[in-house]
Amino acid sequence: MRLLPKRFGSRNRGERWIELFLLGCASVSILTTLGIVGVLLFETIEFFREVSILSFFTDTQWTPLFAQKHFGIWPLLAGTILISGIAMLVALPAGLLSALYLSEYAPDRVRRAVKPVLEILAGVPTVVYGYFALLFVTPLLQKFLPGLSGFNALAPGIVMGIMILPLVSSLSEDAMQAVPRSLREGAFALGSTNLQVSFRIVVPAAFSGITASFILAVSRAIGETMIVAIAAGQQPRLTLNPMVPIETMTAYIVQVSMGDTPVGTLEYKTIFVVGMMLFLSTLILNILSQRLRARFREVYR
Amino acid sequence: MSAVSTASIRPASPRSRVWKEVIFQVVCILVLVAAILMLVILLAGVIIDGMSRLGWDFLTSYPSRFPERAGVLPAVVGTFYVMLLTALFSFPVGVAAAIYLEEYAEKGGFGVAWFSRLIDLNISNLAGVPSIIYGLLGLAIFVRTLALGRSLLAGALTLALLVLPVVIIACREALRTVPDSIREASYALGATRWQTIRHQVLPMALPGILTGAILALSRAIGETAPLITIGAITYVAFLPDNVFSPFTVLPIQIFNWVSRPQAGFHVNAAAAIVVLLPILFIMNGVAIWLRNRYSRRH
Repeated sequence: MRLLPKRFGSRNRGERWIELFLLGCASVSILTTLGIVGVLLFETIEFFREVSILSFFTDTQWTPLFAQKHFGIWPLLAGTILISGIAMLVALPAGLLSALYLSEYAPDRVRRAVKPVLEILAGVPTVVYGYFALLFVTPLLQKFLPGLSGFNALAPGIVMGIMILPLVSSLSEDAMQAVPRSLREGAFALGSTNLQVSFRIVVPAAFSGITASFILAVSRAIGETMIVAIAAGQQPRLTLNPMVPIETMTAYIVQVSMGDTPVGTLEYKTIFVVGMMLFLSTLILNILSQRLRARFREVYR
Repeated sequence: MSAVSTASIRPASPRSRVWKEVIFQVVCILVLVAAILMLVILLAGVIIDGMSRLGWDFLTSYPSRFPERAGVLPAVVGTFYVMLLTALFSFPVGVAAAIYLEEYAEKGGFGVAWFSRLIDLNISNLAGVPSIIYGLLGLAIFVRTLALGRSLLAGALTLALLVLPVVIIACREALRTVPDSIREASYALGATRWQTIRHQVLPMALPGILTGAILALSRAIGETAPLITIGAITYVAFLPDNVFSPFTVLPIQIFNWVSRPQAGFHVNAAAAIVVLLPILFIMNGVAIWLRNRYSRRH
C-alpha cells in the first residue's frame, strides 16, 4: 500500500504474521462453504448408489422410515412449495403495502416508531412462531373452517408469512428509498397524486429491488424449519390441499434427527439428500436475488 | 387573456382522486396495524398462558414426566453455556476476518484480489443458507468426523459457523464508518498498519462491532433447527459440567413441550417462551439503541 512506510524490517515481519493470521480467519468462511458442499455431496452420492435417481424424481411416495420404502422427493417438495406459497400470499402484498406506506406516506414520527417494532417481529425465534401456529392460529381457523385438521399447511403458512413480512418490507423500502427524489418531484410537478407517484414511478423504478426482496423471502420460507416441524404435521403427502397434514423438506430432516439414526444407514443418508435439494434451491434463489439487487444499485447511485 | 382557468390545470376529478388516496392510506395502515396487533395478541396470549406456570420452581427444576413438576433449569444453563462458547468462537474469528477484508484486502495486502472477492461473494451466500443445513454440517463434521459427540462444544461450533457471516458483515460495516483520514494521520505519525488498526480503527468502530455481535448472538439464542439436527437431546436431567457434556437449550425445550399432546406441557412451553423472549428483546433493544446512538454521532 502506498501509504505505508517501507522501512522497519522487523516490524514488517510481525505485521506479515498478523496479516497471515487475519487471512486465515477470513478463510474460515470458505472452509465452511467447502464443508457444506463436501458433506452434502458425499452423502448424496452414497445415497444414489443405493437408490436410482430416476425413482427419486419420479416416485410419488416418500416413506424411508417405513418397511415399504419409497424415495420419491415430490411429496416433500409439494409440502415445501405449498407452505412457502401460502406464506408468500401473506407476506408479499402486506410487505409491499407496508413498505410503500413507510417510504411514501408515513410521517417521520410513525416510521421511527414502526421500524423497531418490525425488527422485533423479525427477531422472535421461529420456535415461538411454531407455538403460535399450532396453539393459537389453528384453533382459531378451525372455527371458520371445520374441515381443518389439527396439523395443516394453512396455519404455519400464514404465520410464516407474518414472520417474513419484516424482511420483505424493509428490503423493499430500501429499494424505494434508493429511487431518486427528482423522479418523484417531476411526477408531482406534472400534477400526479401521491398514489400515482407510488405505483407509476416508485414501484417501477424500484422494481428490481422489490423483486429481489421477494425472491429472498421465498428462499427464507423454503429454509424455515421450526414452524412447519411443529404445526404442519409430519406426513409426506403429495397434495396441494392446505387443510391436511403435510411435511416439508426441513421438517423431514428434523423428524429423522429426533430419532437416533445410526451413521451409514440409508435413513441417515436421506437427510443429506434432502439437505442437498434444500441447499441448491435456496442457493439459486439467493444468487438470483443478489443479481437483481446489484442491478438496482447500478442504476441509481 | 383569461384562457387558462384554474379548473383546467386541476386534475380531472379531484374528489375521486382524493378518495383513492385516503382509501389506499387506510388500507396500508390497516395492514401494518393488523401485523403489529397480531404480534401483540399472540404475545399477550403466551404471557397469560405462561404466567400461571412461571415461578421460582419452574426456573430451578429439571424436566419431568409430570408437567406441573417440570422446569427449565438445564435449558437455561445450557443456553447460557452455548451462547458463551458461540461468542468465544465466532467473535474473534469474525472480527479478524472483517479486519482482513476491510483493512488489508481492499487496501492492497498480499492477498490476491480474486481471493478476497471470492470470500466476499462467499460470505453473502453463506448468510442465505438455511440454518438447518449448518446442522447437517455440524452433524457430519463436529459430531461424527471429529467425534465430539452431541456435546456443548459441537453445538457451539455449529452455531458459531452459523452466525459468522452476520458478525463479519456487521463488523465490516462498522469498520467502513471509520474515516480514512484517521488512518492516514496514524501512518503519518509512523504507526504500522496493525498499530493503526489496533489503536485507532478498532476503538472507533467498537460500538458498531458490539451491535453486530449482540445481534448475532440474539440470532443464535433463538436457533433450534441446527441444534436438533446435531442431536442435542430434549430430556436432560442434569447440568452440563464440561464442554463435552450433552446439553439442551431453551428453544429445544420449548419445541419438546409444544410437540407433546398434553395441555399441561403446552402451558410449560408458554412459560419457557416467557423466559426466553425478554432475554431476546433486551439484547435486540440494546443493539438497536447502540446503533441509533452511534449513527447519530457520525
